[in-house]
Amino acid sequence: MDHHDENAHVAVIPPNKEKIKKLWTVAGILGIVTAVEFVIAFTMPHGPTKTFLFVALTIVKAGYIVLEFMHLRYEVKILFWSILIPMIFVVWMLVAFVYEGFQISVVR
Amino acid sequence: MASSTSAVASGKSAWDGGASPMGASYGKLMMWFFLLSDAFTFSALLITYGLVRSSHKAYTGAVENFVFSQDYWPVPERVYEAVPFLHGVELPLVFVGIMTFILIMSSVTMVLAVEAGHRMDRKAVEKWMLWTILGGIAFLSCQAWEWAHFIHGAEYGDAVAEGTTFFGANLVHNQYGPPDFAAFFFFITGFHGFHVFSGVCLNFLIYYNTVTGVYQRRGHYEMVEKVGLYWHFVDLVWVFVFTFFYLV
Repeated sequence: MDHHDENAHVAVIPPNKEKIKKLWTVAGILGIVTAVEFVIAFTMPHGPTKTFLFVALTIVKAGYIVLEFMHLRYEVKILFWSILIPMIFVVWMLVAFVYEGFQISVVR
Repeated sequence: MASSTSAVASGKSAWDGGASPMGASYGKLMMWFFLLSDAFTFSALLITYGLVRSSHKAYTGAVENFVFSQDYWPVPERVYEAVPFLHGVELPLVFVGIMTFILIMSSVTMVLAVEAGHRMDRKAVEKWMLWTILGGIAFLSCQAWEWAHFIHGAEYGDAVAEGTTFFGANLVHNQYGPPDFAAFFFFITGFHGFHVFSGVCLNFLIYYNTVTGVYQRRGHYEMVEKVGLYWHFVDLVWVFVFTFFYLV
């Protein structure tokens, strides 16, 4: 377990203040968007507008997590699109199936 | 195909082997595609939840007058209003807000661990990985309490047809709304919690490897990046589960 001494002479690059600041900025944005969601939760009556707002803000948060934290914005474009295009498919499915569900409630 | 970021000899395709057409290593690429498949699974579950929920009647009155009933889907801020150690105090959505904060913070500490790994800063990687693991364990503990409280029941129960009052939830009946309500709550938060648990286990393994110098000897901390992707995915799913179960 003392072997880690021999690794001590690998030079540690000092942190890039700009990068760290950017990461904490994104964290702050996620916090603020969540706070806005909470405000909406307690001030608006339940309904399609409220739901739409929540979904939109959630997609904003998802975007920051995937593009910045998971670094997808900076990857090669073909990887970027390989992940994004199937998920657009999923958005369509969500809209279609929730509509179907609503139609079922009308018939019930 | 002409890819500007992979170095290939002229006349050779980027896809003939020996190059990285997507600019990422095999392990990282496979993690991305595994996460895509897992995103499909969670999407399928959440879409099904959306369909079943919208097929039930919604509560149309004022939130203050809401009572639990089998006839309509409950209003989330009246179901999730308990906080540990504050018995009887109604604090709608406060506890789930704390859980969301814990998980997002653990995602931030994870990304800081990845950043430290890029600089071969082993001590910083250890520090940030440990915080991430603690965040994951804290989240799981909170979720366990949430489940226990859900099963145990709220201050007032739901009047059942025979005249008795039912509290909490069991395998067939719950006090809050139709049976589907509890079924989806347990299944989706449980499946997510299982991913958090496996993420904590993976993070611990990578933390152990970091402490014993495996990645230092290897010359790179890409493994930290790969489990980082998995951990961010877990956070991402929670962001959606939080919206669809607790807000909408």
